[in-house]
Amino acid sequence: MFDLATAAVEAALAAGARYADARLMVVRYESMAAKNRVVEDLTQTETAGIGVRALIGSSWGFQSTPELTLAAARGAGQRAAAVARASARVAGPDLELAPAPVVEASWQSTWVEHPLDDVSLTERADLLVGATGAMADAGVPLAQASHQIWDTEKWFVSSEGSRIDQHLLECGAVIDATAIGDGETQRRSYPGVRGQFGTRGWELVREIDLLANAPRVAEEAQALLRAPQCPETTTTLILGSEQMALQIHESIGHAIELDRILGWEAAFAGTSWLDPAQLGSLRYGSDLMNVTADATLPGALGSFGYDDEGVAAQAVDIVKDGTWVGVLSGRDSAPLVGRTSGGMVRADGAARLPMVRMTNVGLLPGDSSLAEMIAATEDGIYMDTNRSWSIDDKRLNFQFGCEIAWEVNDGQLGQMLRNPTYTGIGPQFWASMDMVGGPDEWVFWGTANCGKGQPMQVGHTGHPSVPARFRDVRVGVR
Amino acid sequence: MAWQPEADPLVAAGSGVCDEVLQRIGGRAQALVTCGTGTSALTRFANSRIHQNMASDEQHVRLRVVVGAGQVAQATTTRVDPDGLERLVKGCLAAAALRPADPEFPGLADPGSLAEVDHWDDVTAAADPDARAQVVADFVAAGADLEAAGYCSTDAGTHVLRSTSGLAYASRATMAQVDGIHRAAAPSGPPTDGCGQGTSVRLADLNGARLGAVAAAKARAGTEPVNLEPGSYEVVLEPRAVAALLLFPAWLGFNAKAHAEGTSFVHLGEQQLDEQIDLWDDATDQRALGRPYDAEGTPKRRLDLVRAGVSVGLAHDRRSARLAGVEPTGSSIGSEAFGGYPADLFLGAGQQSRDDLVAGVERGLLVSDLWYNRILDPKTQVVTGLTRNGLFLIEGGEVTRPVQDLRYTQSVIAALGPGHVLGIGDDAALVANEGGVVHVPSLRLASFAFTGGARG
Repeated sequence: MFDLATAAVEAALAAGARYADARLMVVRYESMAAKNRVVEDLTQTETAGIGVRALIGSSWGFQSTPELTLAAARGAGQRAAAVARASARVAGPDLELAPAPVVEASWQSTWVEHPLDDVSLTERADLLVGATGAMADAGVPLAQASHQIWDTEKWFVSSEGSRIDQHLLECGAVIDATAIGDGETQRRSYPGVRGQFGTRGWELVREIDLLANAPRVAEEAQALLRAPQCPETTTTLILGSEQMALQIHESIGHAIELDRILGWEAAFAGTSWLDPAQLGSLRYGSDLMNVTADATLPGALGSFGYDDEGVAAQAVDIVKDGTWVGVLSGRDSAPLVGRTSGGMVRADGAARLPMVRMTNVGLLPGDSSLAEMIAATEDGIYMDTNRSWSIDDKRLNFQFGCEIAWEVNDGQLGQMLRNPTYTGIGPQFWASMDMVGGPDEWVFWGTANCGKGQPMQVGHTGHPSVPARFRDVRVGVR
Repeated sequence: MAWQPEADPLVAAGSGVCDEVLQRIGGRAQALVTCGTGTSALTRFANSRIHQNMASDEQHVRLRVVVGAGQVAQATTTRVDPDGLERLVKGCLAAAALRPADPEFPGLADPGSLAEVDHWDDVTAAADPDARAQVVADFVAAGADLEAAGYCSTDAGTHVLRSTSGLAYASRATMAQVDGIHRAAAPSGPPTDGCGQGTSVRLADLNGARLGAVAAAKARAGTEPVNLEPGSYEVVLEPRAVAALLLFPAWLGFNAKAHAEGTSFVHLGEQQLDEQIDLWDDATDQRALGRPYDAEGTPKRRLDLVRAGVSVGLAHDRRSARLAGVEPTGSSIGSEAFGGYPADLFLGAGQQSRDDLVAGVERGLLVSDLWYNRILDPKTQVVTGLTRNGLFLIEGGEVTRPVQDLRYTQSVIAALGPGHVLGIGDDAALVANEGGVVHVPSLRLASFAFTGGARG
């Protein structure tokens, strides 16, 4: 495989590129979905190809081919250079790549049970059928369960001499129950609305124990139909760690992407409210706010060995004691703010251009706990499990909905509330955070569906998070 | 000259791959196999320069097999060498054998007659990176004092479908898109954006200079926006905003499976929308981009969803159609778990120009674009999102001032409900949304709920 990638790089250089790299990828993927005891969808996919980047002057070109032959690899390299030349028709300022060590390495994620090789298809199906059956038995009309598995092998070669092969295994699962009322629906999901995913094997799916949680999920969905609406008010808000993961993803993770900050995503995903001139001095939130982007966390979904520019995975401080100190960057963006690459550039396949991506962007634990937060709250609302998410193109103004909430009265959970939502402005919201859960409640949530780029790419990101409490938050917006 | 599939070498190659797959299956299963071949290229620009520029050759083979009495599995590969196809067949048969039979499996489609559809342009299929870069250069130059960002893309694909039930179809399609913004700096406050977009079968239909000028004019007009109190306002939604909203009824409402499961808002036969609203799906329309058959090989035809405001149709795949006791509508996207989707959606155009629509508004808002739209409940169709790329106050029938972006939280079906549609534009066009491409006009609506500022 290295031979094909090398041939592609050499062809791009021969065609005039001053830098080139090639990524050969072979991905095995499976998704299975069951509803009401029936497996409705089973899709297995094998995707292979080579993607080549060529840099001519300050202009990039990218070409991919699904054909794994020397001739096709060379052709892709030549055409990548031709695409780069066309880019020069609307060229930008000089571009220098951040220096990166030349690496020859092999890396593999760790797993106990490979879901495609060590667990039978029947067992995988039985789990989903069983979980939907348990939810249906508990009385919901719609019970769904699904899993996804990715087995990814990559071979990377750069014109600077790097040669890296990696093998990543990622998987996860989710169940959800929908209760249908008169004029509205209510859904509960577990472990979260997007499930739980990690760079791990099937042991992750066993640990989350879908069957044991299925009846509770179904009961809560039905109870929500009878629950009163979340009131429209301004109050103390406690968020569970799953919703915190979404909060971190949307209002920190995307905002700190350097390509967005530099305007490279302006027309689609948007930009960022952050100004690089304030890097190192801007208050992002309260003193309790410590955020890292750590691609080295074992088993987290945003972990890997090397990014798609051949830069080693790193742990980078993003917010330290409430001050913004770091960004997500790659080799062509980092020098523009005087930094080295954070090793955060990835593509979702060989046919797509690598771009700045979140790794494991997460909130470091504090010294409190969910129980302490509830006990310390006289009047507030506890919400968990994301239901809807919308945020402006600068990642500043957000409105998020959760599946479920409870009143908090005099330090105790009160009645369940349906259709909870809350809204806020990023830095004001984070500045109001006054309690943060401790290490025992730290969960590495995985999001397997982060959309970004044109053509759209679906990224896998991790979000270590804990429950947290926020003051004076507007809730119940409808 | 009409396309002759049998004389197209890409069809011959795709047919060869499909036939090889069917041969490898032998008599072991019923099967439907498709082979898609093509190119996809997208030239992306930001800060008024091309910063990402990609092209990919695409090839995939998708196989769906049925063994026994309805044990179904499907698999996809990009590897068309003998080893790759053998793995595809073996894996798919093994997966199907392990699945329980689906008692509602409707069987594979029988051959039918296809409408003559050929959404194709040779020049677009052959477009090189220089052709796309020229469109970008024209777009950027239209606002030389502004900052431009966006993309120009061209896609070309040839598709072949074969099945053990005798289906033998081929189709091809091209699509070109330009979608960009210009950004104007403001003397005080943040910069403001304006957008211009075009979608067509032909790249030649997309004039980068004209679309860039539209975006530049909007951006310049948007500087120094005023703050407006949240509340309900009469609105004129331009096609891009209409396209964004229609995703939700199309995806979760007219999906027959969602309807059968009770999560759809649709009540067939009821006047749920304004009497001026006609909605239909039609891949066979010259203005559309879709194939003449769906993922299951069911021929596509016009499917009325809403006629004069009355809900009259649902998008079925074969399984949901069997359960409902009706004919499939050619709406399968290849996932029985999802159900049917109207992939070539039309909203009937009216007679009024956009200026006429604005002229009728005493006080309201002109909305260019809606962004980050998320549905809160499929049954009520309450959606939240934000305005973007141009929001303007209308006073006394004229656009008077730019307005700072706002967040909305609004039921789509209520906004389009009986008596709420005050006018429909004559400017219907192909517009992309998150579900694909729809053909929609501007709409004047009596009330639209804005629930907060976008920046706070």
